[in-house]
Amino acid sequence: MMDFQVVVLAGGTAKKLAPLVSKEVPKALLPVANRPVLSYVLELLESSNLKDLIVVVEGEDAALRVGGWISGAYVDRLHVEVAAVPEDVGTAGALRAVAHHLTANDVLIVSGDLVSDVPPGAVAATHRRHGAVVTTLLCYAPVSGPSDTGSSAGKDKVKKSRYNIVGLDPTRQLLLHIAAGAEVEKDIRVQKNILRAVGQLEIRADLMDAHMYAFKRTVLQDVLDQKDTFHSIRQDVLPYLVRTQLRSEISANGLHKVEDNANGRVSSQNYVTWMSQHREIAPSAYQELLALSPRSPENALRTHKCCAYIASKSKYCARLNSIQAFSDINRDVVGEASHLSGYSFSSQNNIIHPSAELGSKTTVGPQCMLAEGSQMGDKCSVKRSIIGRHCRIGSNVKIVNSVVMNHVTIEDGCLVQGSVICSNVHLQERVVLKDCQISPM
Amino acid sequence: MAQKKGHRSLSSDDPEELARVPLQAVLLADSFATKFRPITLERPKVLLPLVNAPMIDYTLAWLESVGVEEAFVFCCAHSQQVKDYLNKSQWMKQPGTFTVQPIESHDSISAGDALRVIYNLGVICGDFVLVSGDTISNMSLKEALQEHKERRKKDPLAVMTMVIKHSKPSSLTHQTRLGNDEILMAIDPDTKELLYYEDKTDQSQRFITLDKMLLASTPTLHLHNDKQDCYIDICSPEVLSLFTDNFDYQHLRRHFVKGLLVDDLMGYKIFTHEIHSSYAARIDNFRSYDTISKDIIQRWTYPMVPDVQYFGNCSQMKLDRLGIYKAPEVDQSRTAQIRAFSLIGNGTAIGDHSVISNSVIGQSCTIGRNVSIQGSYIWDNVIIEDDCKLSHALVCDGVHLRAGVVLEPGVILSFKVEVGQKIVIPAYSKVSLLPQPSKQDSDEELEYADANSGVVESPSITSIANTRNVDPVPDSPDAEHSDTSEVGISGVGYIWSTTEGGHEEEWRHSIAPIPAEKLMEFCLSAHTDLGVSNQDVNSLPASGELQLDSESTGFDDGEDYKDSADFEKEVEATFQRVLAGVNPENVILEINSLRLSYDMSHADCAGSLFYSIMKSALSAPFSSNRELLLNTGKELSRWKDLLKNCLKTIDEEIEVLLKFEEMCLETTKEFAPLFSAILNHLYEKDILSEDAILSWAEEKEGADESDKVFVKQSEPFLKWLREASEDEDD
Repeated sequence: MMDFQVVVLAGGTAKKLAPLVSKEVPKALLPVANRPVLSYVLELLESSNLKDLIVVVEGEDAALRVGGWISGAYVDRLHVEVAAVPEDVGTAGALRAVAHHLTANDVLIVSGDLVSDVPPGAVAATHRRHGAVVTTLLCYAPVSGPSDTGSSAGKDKVKKSRYNIVGLDPTRQLLLHIAAGAEVEKDIRVQKNILRAVGQLEIRADLMDAHMYAFKRTVLQDVLDQKDTFHSIRQDVLPYLVRTQLRSEISANGLHKVEDNANGRVSSQNYVTWMSQHREIAPSAYQELLALSPRSPENALRTHKCCAYIASKSKYCARLNSIQAFSDINRDVVGEASHLSGYSFSSQNNIIHPSAELGSKTTVGPQCMLAEGSQMGDKCSVKRSIIGRHCRIGSNVKIVNSVVMNHVTIEDGCLVQGSVICSNVHLQERVVLKDCQISPM
Repeated sequence: MAQKKGHRSLSSDDPEELARVPLQAVLLADSFATKFRPITLERPKVLLPLVNAPMIDYTLAWLESVGVEEAFVFCCAHSQQVKDYLNKSQWMKQPGTFTVQPIESHDSISAGDALRVIYNLGVICGDFVLVSGDTISNMSLKEALQEHKERRKKDPLAVMTMVIKHSKPSSLTHQTRLGNDEILMAIDPDTKELLYYEDKTDQSQRFITLDKMLLASTPTLHLHNDKQDCYIDICSPEVLSLFTDNFDYQHLRRHFVKGLLVDDLMGYKIFTHEIHSSYAARIDNFRSYDTISKDIIQRWTYPMVPDVQYFGNCSQMKLDRLGIYKAPEVDQSRTAQIRAFSLIGNGTAIGDHSVISNSVIGQSCTIGRNVSIQGSYIWDNVIIEDDCKLSHALVCDGVHLRAGVVLEPGVILSFKVEVGQKIVIPAYSKVSLLPQPSKQDSDEELEYADANSGVVESPSITSIANTRNVDPVPDSPDAEHSDTSEVGISGVGYIWSTTEGGHEEEWRHSIAPIPAEKLMEFCLSAHTDLGVSNQDVNSLPASGELQLDSESTGFDDGEDYKDSADFEKEVEATFQRVLAGVNPENVILEINSLRLSYDMSHADCAGSLFYSIMKSALSAPFSSNRELLLNTGKELSRWKDLLKNCLKTIDEEIEVLLKFEEMCLETTKEFAPLFSAILNHLYEKDILSEDAILSWAEEKEGADESDKVFVKQSEPFLKWLREASEDEDD
């Protein structure tokens, strides 16, 4: 139906997520409520009927593992091609590597670590409607930090962290300014010519680039070809397209199509607006200029459109790109955003697999998950935590605000709080963990 | 009684209401600017007629209509005239609730001074409306006042509410239809707090830089260039004391508003109130005079229109179709035509076949035959003889135009000027009976507020030399009068000259339409600009996605540049003080403290000081490079000790060289051909050491060819230096 190709950038074994990721568990396969995080994106795309996907993974090994999992899980549902790229090529590099596979008019690029319920179809439709060269999904940045777990380090970060500075037109459809990365913490520098073109610019610090973009394919390929130093979509390609939108320098084949498009005539329209402002006071000049300029190729200002799709505040949108995010997303998916998990919750608002065994006086609170085959001893207490498959947990164990992956053994009297315990870890008696990440390697 | 009681109890918990004070207004009957010269040399701006009534009447009528009870009219320039006018007008006589009280001052040079005077008088006791006497509005203040008061209750630091209105400036000329420069404002969309205000934008800067802290308290802000400042402010009494505390605040916007916004120590806040359907504008220049006159005639300012009696204009104007207003006693020839959007005052006579369109003609004017008046403003008692042609001109009271005079667009004829037969007054000329004040005897103070407005007035009295610009018709019969006239034969008046820079900008603020060539020019430069900025964008280094904290994103240079430019200016100003006789040792101290406050290095100091010295060398007159070199030599020897103070190490010396190179390339290209000679001089005077010069040359070795211009120029000298040092080593 829609001529869209989808590229999912699934990353590799991101250092930022150490020690959670490993050779065995690349980032894409990190569990969120006991499902690989990549499954959230794939199912989101599937729900918008986008089933032709290219999944790009950094590193051969990781690609093999991800590919293996996908072919097992989605064999009849999706048509997925998995491509491996070298590590550290950046998102732009990853796209360069698969550029020759792209043939559709538009390309939807999604980060594999996105956990969201914003329909990609809506982003694609906005993109098409405006004839934009790029449309990016913006969502509300999380306002408050993590809940009561409140690790001090986390709090500091939340105070400081601002994701993007975004400039929008009064209708909030055009993306007129974006600052990403280190620039976000600096003074805001707005291009005057862009402000003049719109008259009013809304500058916001409460939105973040959710790393879902619709690109016009030819433009994307041109930029990737011409700007070989561009490393990142978010920090290089997108800001570049945004800041050059009133004087596009994308080569002809990318651009003329835009101009032919009824939506793309911003330039000549602008020109007429300029002129008409002066029609009253300088009628002769008006005629002359109109004759001189409007669409002759060397004079017309070439422009292109960058658009934004702003997800409504009620939508969930998060990227699993830090340990903090890992904990938060796991908490949310069985908590406030439980519809994302795909599980059905019990009347106590938790999920306890029928095969799980609980000792006497053991309580599992709301917003918890206990997966198949796990056993818990007596007088245990689990609050706002996720426990994976086939875990052995002794008596008098308290687990709060934590994620416990598969095949973990926790002996009697342990206290686990605000922590992540990776698969195959063994905790002996009376271990106290607070805000820790434990991995067997 | 019962009713009264009820009223009391209702408002008893509201102290504001209990101590109800009458709404007061401060009307500045002096704009502290010179844009309406030469007319304002003879009559204060607020008394100039706008359509058919003095400007101040519009302002007072509006103040009365919005419920102001006490208006203080602050007069400074021509204060006697303003007072006389008010005394004669009905404003002072009427018994009602609206009282007008003049306040006179003779030594105020700015709005800031005016407010300080008012503060000292102690007459303001509550929130007040601050306007200047050239404001035309029909807005209701109720809502704005309400908002202001409510904010004040919650936050005593909200001291001012500014009225703004939508108005998009032209993208070509960057000025609004009122001839004002584009204003950039940042406003918090929820609270309407003003976060940033810039009315003199530097057109050469392609970026607007907003402090990152602006987004610290609010997640969203709106950046506007499509709002017009109506110059109507609702102020709390604190505003007056703020002006008193900050005695250097002069200009309401450039000093006060910006000062408040920048100062986060005191935390005072300014808010905006946007009006949508009502009218508010201020006459700041001739273009706004023209625009607002048209707005009045086209009734945007209703009820302040010529045919409604809203104050003492005792108007019996009749409105015909097509927006033609006529006083009852107009003696119009049957063959004369009055076209759309014109107004003819009482007792005016118009001769056969004359055509008037889009113009305002005052009272008791005599207009001859075959006269064409288009888009012009003719005040009272003007005599225009046959066959004159006026387009987009302003003609003051008592002017006499003899037959066949042509006024080109933008001409201003001040009071009682006489123009001889068949004279063509060139576009944008200003003619007055008074000679143009020279810089010395002009009211320097008056120009203060406007010092950097770009309208530079010529320092000299224009004389015969200028009359040559006026083409006298050779076969003029009245030759005998010629020696008494400055404006052609049998004419009286001086043509004011505008300096080059002034003339350049004259068209911006003129009544005349913007000339077509100007628009073309702008159009073309808009294109070339884009070309330039493209390069600028390309030169931004790319940053890496995976390094979140990467520092390699491009904009640092610009920021530094801004700071260092400020710093440079400060150093230059300090240096100017040495020239004025301040002890150099104090200056060294001052420069050091500047360095600390701007967080600059010693090298920056040295560079800036060197720059200042070179500039002072350049300021002395010179006719050849030789003379410039001599001047430079003198200046350098004179300030050697001062400069040496900043040259503690070789790094600073190299910085001086780099600075010098940059100057030769950019700001002071005059020095470019003399680079090598001056370098030699610097060496000989022991200002720069051999090591410094050689390491500079070394540093440049790897540079681009374009960067090596001066190294090449100095090659013989460098060679000599190298050889000399080798000799020494041997």
